[in-house]
Amino acid sequence: MMNKSILEVSGLTMDFGGIRALDRLDLDVGPKEIVALIGPNGAGKTTFFNCLTGIYLPSAGDIRLVSPQTGKQSRLNGLKPNKITKKGVARTFQNIRLFSQMTVLENVMIGRHCRTSSLILGAILRTRRTRKEEQETIDKSYDILEKVGLSEQANEFASNLSYGAQRRLEIARALATEPFLLLLDEPAAGMNPQETADLVTLILQIRDEGHAILLIEHDMKLVMSLSDRIFVMDYGKKIAQGAPAEIRVNRAVIKAYLGEDEGPDNA
Amino acid sequence: MITVKEVKRSLLVSLWFVFLTFPLMVIKVNPYERTVSWRWRNMVYVAIGTFVITLLAKAWFARKEKRMARQQDSCHLRLPIIQRILQKPGYRNSLAVFLLGAALAFPHLFSTYQANIMTTALMYIVLGLGLNIVVGVAGLLDLGYVAFYAVGAYSYALLNLHFDLGFWTVLPIGGLLAALFGVLLGFPVLRLRGDYLAIVTLGFGEIIRLILENWNAFSKGPSGISNIPRPGFFGLEMSLDQAMIYMYYLMIGLLLVTIFVVNRLQDSRLGRAWLALREDEIACQAMGIDKTRTKLIAFSLGAFWAGLIGVIFAAKTTFVNPASFTFMESAIILSIVVLGGMGSIVGVILGALILVLLPEYLRALSEYRMLAFGAILVAMMIFKPEGLIANVRRSYCYHGKKSNTALKNDE
Repeated sequence: MMNKSILEVSGLTMDFGGIRALDRLDLDVGPKEIVALIGPNGAGKTTFFNCLTGIYLPSAGDIRLVSPQTGKQSRLNGLKPNKITKKGVARTFQNIRLFSQMTVLENVMIGRHCRTSSLILGAILRTRRTRKEEQETIDKSYDILEKVGLSEQANEFASNLSYGAQRRLEIARALATEPFLLLLDEPAAGMNPQETADLVTLILQIRDEGHAILLIEHDMKLVMSLSDRIFVMDYGKKIAQGAPAEIRVNRAVIKAYLGEDEGPDNA
Repeated sequence: MITVKEVKRSLLVSLWFVFLTFPLMVIKVNPYERTVSWRWRNMVYVAIGTFVITLLAKAWFARKEKRMARQQDSCHLRLPIIQRILQKPGYRNSLAVFLLGAALAFPHLFSTYQANIMTTALMYIVLGLGLNIVVGVAGLLDLGYVAFYAVGAYSYALLNLHFDLGFWTVLPIGGLLAALFGVLLGFPVLRLRGDYLAIVTLGFGEIIRLILENWNAFSKGPSGISNIPRPGFFGLEMSLDQAMIYMYYLMIGLLLVTIFVVNRLQDSRLGRAWLALREDEIACQAMGIDKTRTKLIAFSLGAFWAGLIGVIFAAKTTFVNPASFTFMESAIILSIVVLGGMGSIVGVILGALILVLLPEYLRALSEYRMLAFGAILVAMMIFKPEGLIANVRRSYCYHGKKSNTALKNDE
């Protein structure tokens, strides 16, 4: 297990003043695995993501990342968000945070930022290297847009996209940073059944290309059909983990979602 | 087209304006003769003027709404005429060549005095373009921009006074010193945004001015530093007129360099990062952009241009004192950026020309300058909040072929 997982979280704790949002949380993700993180509202799932991506500094615990390409291990605690992204962890946001006054293509091009390097002089002199890098950025971004099915709208403003398309654009933008671990925060929120079905296909396709995926989701149908493993949180604590079939009948999970003495329900 | 309701509303508005301006426009107290004169005629003017302007504004808005509705029907984005010209490379180039020719011929067609005013306008264009990097592109509201201008001006004045350094040596030094101050200001304000950032930068501007005013041993205080030499041209002796014309051409050259550099910066990896930073800082960081570095680069690059212009200002007036670097200067430069259109180079140029040249040529109305200034900005916010010429987002080519030639209009 130690060698296999690409993300290992142990004893992660996050305190906001007197409130403990995350309480000694353990979690791991293997390569090419789809792991879901579920739990009732306010359980601390998004806080967990924010700790993972460096937006919050955890109070205690360890976040370790093992690059599947190089096998190099690194500790993420206390790193800035952009450093973590550079190490290969990208995320989407629960409340869509696109650059709405930029075009769809430009949004994805921003994702390429950490894999490119030209700066002031390169921009002013527009050397051959810079021009090559720019064209590569454009081409790669366009390829990613084609993958998520947004290449038609490449030069639209991001704010003009439909809700489902905006969610897909967020995924495209995250993919542009070349992550090996993709964190999706409620990717299906607000989507209609057709869009959700397309999303499932897309997520599976991304997994097959070699990315591991950790997702927060409330749509149980999607979670149960996609995930290899599920972690369940409540009040900042992990209350269960296991394969979808196990979680479905887990008493603690049912209690957290529905209260005491209720029959099993997969919704 | 104009309904009774609208006429009623306009009447109410004009009544309200009459009430507001009554003490100012109608009552005139003469303290020597102890009389009060009532200028009723002014009241009539105000009433009629406001009434007509309100009606016109209403008609304008109605037309705009109609046009918007039509555009949504046809799905066709109609750009304003200036942008349609700028879009076509042929038109754009011939316009640029014409403008450059006009600019080069200007001092020979008009008097040196006119050239001198134009030089000032050119300086403000460059200042506007520099601030545009910080405010327009990176979205960092900087109210203390004049501080960097002061750093540039004083670095020339002091380096010349103490070490006898020439204009051309100090020009890059002044720019770099200002850029350094940009970084110095940048560090403490990295966490701040919006209003808070504005307040701190405002304070920074005042601190620099107050230091210059009070540290007599360093800057000679309010009396300033005089006898700063004008820029040399391979040791050639020049008369005052020639020096002024030389200054004008120097500014034209610097402006061209500035436009070239700013244009390339905006349209690069760095420029995109700035735009993203303006839109959403958290998402920006999560996408792997180093917020600290990107912000500091914006601050220092913006400051660099202010430093250059500072050196030129000192050389042009041959005298500097702290009174030239008040908050008013910052406000004018910021107004240039806002009036012209945030992030738009052509907009900033137009904004600077309007805000610098109009007060010069309308000297007869100089008493009302501030009034007009305020009125222009208020009108802008109502009618064209995106600026005279809004920025246009470019579309990119994929594998060398045009993917979509339609440009989008940035709000």
